[in-house]
Amino acid sequence: MSHLLEIQNLQVTFGGLDALSGLNFHVDEGEIVSVIGPNGAGKTTFFNTITGLVEPTGGDILFQGDSVLGLEPNEVTSLGIARTFQNVRLFPNMTILENVMVAQHCRTSQNVFGALFQTKAFKKEEQEIRQRAEEILGFFGSRLVGYRLDQAAFMLSYANRRRLEIARAMATQPRLMLLDEPVAGMNPSETAELTELIGRLRSEWGFTIVIIEHDMAVVKNVSDRVVVLDHGVPIASGSYEEVSTDPDVIEAYLGRPVESHS
Amino acid sequence: MTTLPSSLLLDWKRIFKWGSICAAALLFVSLVGMPIKLDPKSIISPLLSLGYVSLLWLPLIFGYVASSRVVLEGVETRKPGLPDLLTGVLTGTIGGAGLTLLMLGIENFDIRDPLINWSPQLLEVLAFGARDLNSAVWIGIGGALGLVGAGLHLIPENLRRGASYGFFTVLALAIFEPALDDMSEGFRLEWLVELIFEKRGGLKLWPAIILALLIGLISVVTKGKAKNAVAQYREQEKSQKKKTSVVLFGIVAALGIVLPIFMGTYVNSLLANVGIFLLLALGLNIVVGLAGILDLGYVAFFAVGAYTTAVLTSELSPFFAPGMTWVLSLVFVIILAALTGLFIGAPVIRMRGDYLAIVTLGFGEIIRLLFLSDFLKPYFGGAQGILGVPGIDLGVVYISGTDTRGIFYLVLFFCAIAVYVSWRLQASRLGRSWMAIREDEQVAEAMGINTVNSKLMAFVVGAVLASFAGAIMAARVGSVFPNSFMILISIVILVVVIVGGMGSIPGVFVGAFVLIGVLGGPKQPGLLQEFGSLKLLVYGMLLVYMMLQKPEGLVPSARRTQELHQEEFLQDAWLKGTDDEDEEQTVAGEEAQI
Repeated sequence: MSHLLEIQNLQVTFGGLDALSGLNFHVDEGEIVSVIGPNGAGKTTFFNTITGLVEPTGGDILFQGDSVLGLEPNEVTSLGIARTFQNVRLFPNMTILENVMVAQHCRTSQNVFGALFQTKAFKKEEQEIRQRAEEILGFFGSRLVGYRLDQAAFMLSYANRRRLEIARAMATQPRLMLLDEPVAGMNPSETAELTELIGRLRSEWGFTIVIIEHDMAVVKNVSDRVVVLDHGVPIASGSYEEVSTDPDVIEAYLGRPVESHS
Repeated sequence: MTTLPSSLLLDWKRIFKWGSICAAALLFVSLVGMPIKLDPKSIISPLLSLGYVSLLWLPLIFGYVASSRVVLEGVETRKPGLPDLLTGVLTGTIGGAGLTLLMLGIENFDIRDPLINWSPQLLEVLAFGARDLNSAVWIGIGGALGLVGAGLHLIPENLRRGASYGFFTVLALAIFEPALDDMSEGFRLEWLVELIFEKRGGLKLWPAIILALLIGLISVVTKGKAKNAVAQYREQEKSQKKKTSVVLFGIVAALGIVLPIFMGTYVNSLLANVGIFLLLALGLNIVVGLAGILDLGYVAFFAVGAYTTAVLTSELSPFFAPGMTWVLSLVFVIILAALTGLFIGAPVIRMRGDYLAIVTLGFGEIIRLLFLSDFLKPYFGGAQGILGVPGIDLGVVYISGTDTRGIFYLVLFFCAIAVYVSWRLQASRLGRSWMAIREDEQVAEAMGINTVNSKLMAFVVGAVLASFAGAIMAARVGSVFPNSFMILISIVILVVVIVGGMGSIPGVFVGAFVLIGVLGGPKQPGLLQEFGSLKLLVYGMLLVYMMLQKPEGLVPSARRTQELHQEEFLQDAWLKGTDDEDEEQTVAGEEAQI
């Protein structure tokens, strides 16, 4: 069986600096894979390259067996790869409902004429978009529904913004979801809850998930497999237990002398 | 609570600062020529003209501002008293002294060469028409007005409101005098107009005083109930609000349909002007307000609409003159405008922000220059334009260009279409994608929106709406010339949208009425036709003022207000308890993260 996402010898260079050099990586359908690594290891670049925001200098990215290289970000999304951003990037002045509705853009098709003449198909589609949006928001409990639906996204608390970002990614109806530090800045109870939610994203919604995360508790709890990046190359791969005891990984994180940093 | 030390000592620095700004403003207004140009517009005949108002309000406002006290939360505000009055007087005096110096200067020196308004004419206006008036009188006038301005702080709020309402009523009546005069004929109310207004223009003294008192009294009695009503409307539940909006809209629509029947040529032609700009502004509002594309060459589409109509309907079109009816030509107008939208949109669409604005600005000029060029002269007539554009034959009725009422109804119909289009698109897949692009283009793309297509659609929709305005304009004027499509039109339309309130349809209406109706369009006189070339100055001042004090516009959309006042909104939500406070330790968690 071919992999859902397969990355072959991926290279990204920013003006002489190799952000990624010869990365090989794969995800199978239904897996949850964590990508960890110290700051500047190239994790976010890795996501940006998959989603078409950054053009790689070499290598290939295959999604469901086909190359996605050279596709525009929106085309990648419509193929079934959705993502969240490390520094939450919602549409702050749109309402919560609109944020999720707009993400269904590539799964819907009504154009100007439908809207102007209020055709049956248009109304039906609007209805469906709205229903799906509410269903997705309902997944996060009562936090994002009710009177909140019509609130602007900027009024949300930090943790809820993160949740809304995931909801927005869900609305694009992806097969593969890329979560960039989904629990950054959350407190322990919120983190625990979101960890559970990530598991349910797979079991209930059937998404395959790749997570970038610094919080090792989350990594340990959710991932089937962990890949460690350092200076743009994978230095270890395997289960959490294997990786966490790998001497290379410990060195990459802590350095050899006792130079503590966060 | 602490009390600020109240002393009799004056804040001289403050007085000099505001006083000299006041003097500078007075000199500027005088030398720009406002008192001379606006003098013919009488407000209260023969006592007060708009020219004098343009001077007199300055010391009053500066007196008011200079003597306003610092209000700090938690600190008891000092009671206004004698020092404040003195501050006002002195500020006004310094301002007035500026004018005195100006008068002395005009008498003794001649620098008319760079300053055209450095003239005996200005001197005459400043001397109130008297030959040998002591110029020091302005010191007294300034001081007195400063005193009045400062005094506004002393009187109870009710009275202050009453006074300002009274004053603005008189001002508004005077501004609307030509319109009222025109409308009175339709309503058979000439006697009323004769009662209030002087034949030569301006209100009669006693009616003005009585009306001011009456309105002032009413405003004191109603005590800002109107304001409460507006607040109440804002607070309403969504469904309730929708109902109220529908009723309001119905009333406005009914007035729009019924009123023109009673109005004469003057008001109808004025409204037709307003309507054409309104139509343009509604189109631009979609492009700028909804999709966030700052298009400074919007006039290009206006020109394409006008020229297409002219070529297709006029018998005098130099090259190709099929002599179609206006309605049939409209089909081609739509097609050609959409194509132009695509043509201009395609190359600029990948640019963002300022770059896009500059390039569209260029395209706007290119289109005009093409129509003007010798190269295309055989087709479009070059500078001579195309003449003989016939009126509009709708089958049932024939609207000639001079039938202002018919044109107004036509404009109204197309404005209704534009409103409908903006309203429907806003709540559609396309409208949402525009908003997302405006908020964050990169993320919008990552969320699966084809930003190129969406932005092109915004261009096309905007282009088609603008071309309607062009088509009507061609039929109304009966001819098209390249110089009717100057860059200034693009800018004026943008100013209408910004002053009215970007993204807000009622805002665009108000913006168009205030700017085009009252001040006048680039070439079309408004109610205050005395403004002439000064209106551009007023536009600029208005724009600066709006950007500083009310960036969301006169009638802002809820969304835009939120956007510009995020912090206040969050604070309000916190006070009301509807804010989004996460589980217990969120704040702690966030701080730890930072």
